[in-house]
Parts: sequence; structure tokens; C-alpha cells
Amino acid sequence: MSEQSGNREVAAQAARQRWLAVLARAGVAELETQLARHALPALSWLRRPESGLMMVRARAGGTGQQYNQGEVSVTRCAVQDETGRLGVGYVQGRDSRHAELVALFDLLLQDETRQADLLPGLIAPLAARQAAARDKASAQAAATRVNFFTLARGD
Amino acid sequence: MNAPHTPLLPGLPQPAPDSQRIFRQLLDAMAQPGRIHALQVAVTAPAPLAPAASAIALTLCDYETPVWLQSAGPEAWLRFHSGCPLVDDPGTARFALIDQPASMPALAAFAQGEAEYPDRSATLIIQVSAFGEQGLVFAGPGIDGETRLGVAGLPDQFWRDWQQSHGRFPLGVDLVLVAGTRFLCIPRTTTVREG
Repeated sequence: MSEQSGNREVAAQAARQRWLAVLARAGVAELETQLARHALPALSWLRRPESGLMMVRARAGGTGQQYNQGEVSVTRCAVQDETGRLGVGYVQGRDSRHAELVALFDLLLQDETRQADLLPGLIAPLAARQAAARDKASAQAAATRVNFFTLARGD
Repeated sequence: MNAPHTPLLPGLPQPAPDSQRIFRQLLDAMAQPGRIHALQVAVTAPAPLAPAASAIALTLCDYETPVWLQSAGPEAWLRFHSGCPLVDDPGTARFALIDQPASMPALAAFAQGEAEYPDRSATLIIQVSAFGEQGLVFAGPGIDGETRLGVAGLPDQFWRDWQQSHGRFPLGVDLVLVAGTRFLCIPRTTTVREG
């Protein structure tokens, strides 16, 4: 593999990770309405939605030893079209329709012509709204911040 | 990412209940060596695997079991549906899928287990051409007296090799012989003689 095509692969993978993350946080109703606008290719479900548990690993303070934080329920599925292109959906929770929708959009987004339409039309606004919601929650939490201080005791 | 590849075949129709049913059948088959079982699940197997071999592979293999494939073809399918690692060295595999018994490595080339852990050995899933009535005599635990059975499609030296493998007990490999959608098991405790 040449360096250039290797870089392209890496960039494409990063883009795919981004849209999968945005889709996994999106609302089911909204994805459903968006999907109705698209003609789907012939599909076969390679893996029907299945729910299971995944171990979340964490590091105390971001620098400590890795430890098992806890398990989270995850639903996943995979769909493929006739060319063998694979769309995958992993979502937190047990909503199998959500996982299906993520997989279907992942499949559509791998098509370059549809990608040009979907990335600005669907992913960008979703990502912007999710970022705004997160900033708002952070700001609300930051407003409740209390700064403690300790008076030196005379001993 | 945009390079289309050959579509993958589906795995077990209903992964959880189907693999449980097949696992139960395998337990029975291991407990009754030489008895032929018919696969109760319909599977589309990727070439060159037989339906029963592919269903058993999906039932037994997971991310903890390195698999050795004799022939190329089902790698992507097996990796997708079972998540198992594939290895080049038969000695490091926990399961081996063999579709050309005529050119398979000797039984001693596979993991035999360790004296403290005889279970760290390989289980070979071997595709044969057919099962018959006569030719081999099976005896050992799980068999009342003797069982007579024929197996077509194994190389001449196979059962001599098996006899040698039997001499390494409690180490050794276990066999699952597959013909189409039928299979039988031969654990390392079973003696097989021609006659």
C-alpha cells in the first residue's frame, strides 16, 4: 500500500468513526424521518440486532491504572448490500431499531454520491446540535461550582 | 473502505438458540463416540466448508479460540461471525478446520495439551466424503462393547496415526468428522481399528 492511499484509508476511517458516533447519539424518530427520504438498495441483514453487555474501562484521573468501570448494555447489528459493502450499527441501550438505523445510514454514507448529500444534510446538523446540548449541560454544571477553601487553624 | 468486496454469507439463522442446539448435539456426540448425528439447523456454508462443519465452527469458536484453516476461503466469514483469531501454525490452534484430509498434517502437528492441562489441545473438524456401515471398529468409554462404522475419504495412514495419538493419552486431539450435514465425534479415549 502506498503512503498516500494509506493516509486516505486512515482519513476515511476517521470520518466513518465520526458519523457512527453522531448517529449513535441521535434520536430514533429523527433518523426514521430522514431515512424515509432515501431509496434503499437491496439489503441483507448479516447480523440481526442483538443486545449484550460491554465492559467500560476507565482510568482514575486519566493517568491511573486501567480498571473495569462497569458494564453497559449495547445493541449491535450489521447489514450489507449486494456489492458486499457493510454497514454496522452499535448503540448504547437496547433499542434495536436505533441500531438498524445507524447501520443503514452507515451503509448509505459509504456511497460517495450519497455521502456528499448526507454529510452536510444530516450528520453536520446533528453533530452541531449534540455539541450545543453538551456545552449547555457543561455550562449549567459549571454554574453550580463551589470553591472550597480552608482557614488555617492556629495549632 | 469504498472497495466493494464479495458479500459475506449469513451465519446461524438464530445465533443464540441455534448454537445452543448444536452445542447440545455435540455434547451427545462426544458422549457417544461413533454415533452419527444429523445437523438440526440449516446453514449456508462458505466454500469449501460443509454445512455441519461451518455450523459447528460457529458454535464452538470465539475470540478466545485460535483457529487453523486448511484451505483459504471462509476467513472473512468466520472472522465476522465468530470473532476468532486465525493462525498459520496448526500447533497453536484450538480448533482446526480440515476440508482435504488427504493432505492434512499429522495428528502430532496439532496441540496435544499439557500434562497438567490436557484440555489445552486441539479439536479437529475433518470433512470426509461419506459415512458407511462397515470398515472400522470403535471401542472405548461411551460405547457399549463395539460399534462398527465406515468412514470414506480419510487417508490410509490416518487410523495408524490415530492409534499412535491414542498412546499419548491423556494428551491428544479430539475429532469431529463431518459428511455434509451429518457428523460424529471421536474423542481421544476411543480406540479405532480396521476390520
